[in-house]
Amino acid sequence: MSDIPTDLHYTETHEWLREEDDGSLLLGVTAHAVELLGDLVYVELPEPESELSGGEACAVVESTKAASDVYSPVNGVVEAVNEALNDSPELVNQDPYGAGWLVRIRPATTGSFDGLLDAGQYANHIESAG
Amino acid sequence: MFNVAPVHFIRDEESMERKTALYAEHVAAGARIVPFAGWLMPLSYGSELAEHRAVREDAGLFDVSHMGIADIEGEGAGNFLRRLLANDVARLTVPGQAQYGVMLNAEGGILDDLIVYYLAPGRYRVVINAARREADLNWMRRRGSAAVRIVEREDLALIAVQGPRARERSVVEFPEAIKGGVLDLKPFTAAERGDWMVARTGYTGEDGWEVMLPADRAPSLWRGLVSMGIRPCGLAARDSLRLEAGLNLYGQDMDEATHPYESNLGWTVALEPRDREFIGRDALERIKSEGPRRRLVGLVLRTRGVIRHGQVVRTADGSGVVTSGGFSPSLERSIALARIPAGEACEATVEIRGRAVAAAIVKPPFVRRGKLLVTLDNQT
Repeated sequence: MSDIPTDLHYTETHEWLREEDDGSLLLGVTAHAVELLGDLVYVELPEPESELSGGEACAVVESTKAASDVYSPVNGVVEAVNEALNDSPELVNQDPYGAGWLVRIRPATTGSFDGLLDAGQYANHIESAG
Repeated sequence: MFNVAPVHFIRDEESMERKTALYAEHVAAGARIVPFAGWLMPLSYGSELAEHRAVREDAGLFDVSHMGIADIEGEGAGNFLRRLLANDVARLTVPGQAQYGVMLNAEGGILDDLIVYYLAPGRYRVVINAARREADLNWMRRRGSAAVRIVEREDLALIAVQGPRARERSVVEFPEAIKGGVLDLKPFTAAERGDWMVARTGYTGEDGWEVMLPADRAPSLWRGLVSMGIRPCGLAARDSLRLEAGLNLYGQDMDEATHPYESNLGWTVALEPRDREFIGRDALERIKSEGPRRRLVGLVLRTRGVIRHGQVVRTADGSGVVTSGGFSPSLERSIALARIPAGEACEATVEIRGRAVAAAIVKPPFVRRGKLLVTLDNQT
């Protein structure tokens, strides 16, 4: 089982959120998700300044075998996207919680992570999903 | 984020799927195991892109023991296969020669694609797709006679060693009895010693071997080949390699509803000699004289994105469908096989997740023997 950072918030659909000092949120996909997907070959990112609705798709990660939607866990606005992934989608495989981040979100409400999982809950979730 | 059902990733010790003689090797190597055509097979051993590149640049190793192997024996074997297959085994005159071809139904629809090895007078071996094994053998047995024996060889394992350095590096691991002379084998020929057979064939577009051997000997050969630095490769790399090589996958790029002339396989149909009555011949002659209505082409995506199986393709000649799509690690862009209406169109758009994306229509293969065979430089 891959290490699950304890300072992040998780979704049951394998996204993670990190709260930055300036109140923005970084969105990515978990190491467990990447393990299941295999090598990523293409990442489709949203337009900066576009509006995000919690629970709706905001990006697509494509591996050699399948395309998967990435859902924004929160309402907000796209502040920036990880442009490096355009040429190097493999960064998501290599460093899913760091250089492989996808979207920087300016959340509509700060500090609200209702319904998200902490590292322990996420670990239980992927354990029970087998 | 998943539309990938977790069931594809089970590693269930009690599942109904069969395991090859090399299953324990795959698990020990940390392979992601998936059910495939009734078998538990390795999808990848970590990085399918690295596995793909190993085969293009160096050497890779595949367990393809799930494929069906059957020996066709007896004084009627040759004539039996001449009636059953669209290619003509009478063209195989020297023991060891191999031939690729298709088995058709009476309407000219493709029942399976296969390789036939001519081993000795009255003795042939066919290698068929895992998913078609039972259907093929039933079809064959219903058309057999007392002069033909069809012997399934479930006692054999099948290992493919593929890549520019595959042959020379792997040969030291072969038994003494078969080692001598195999490096002199020409493409599409094989050598047989006892229950071992080494063939210079494959499904990757690279040089290499397919080795048939007693299943209980497979683990030690596998470990020996790994110790020679040959990289284990899973089904994911096998699929991207064969797609780059423009090789059809049965059930995706062709099936009973398609015929060879709309599947890039006209070259495997032997209409001469004209008095050879093979199953599907009448249908194929009619299709040929009328001209096929569809063609199987290659697509190269002009921008970023990934073409997938089932997506709609639009051309000046009408609409078609992607039969196999994916990312080409060698071209570093997406490629596909697509069946479209017959015509001269050389540009297409592919409907990818609600967007129409431009693609060039090309003649496969895309890559062969490590060389890129398509370029967009003068077109973009």
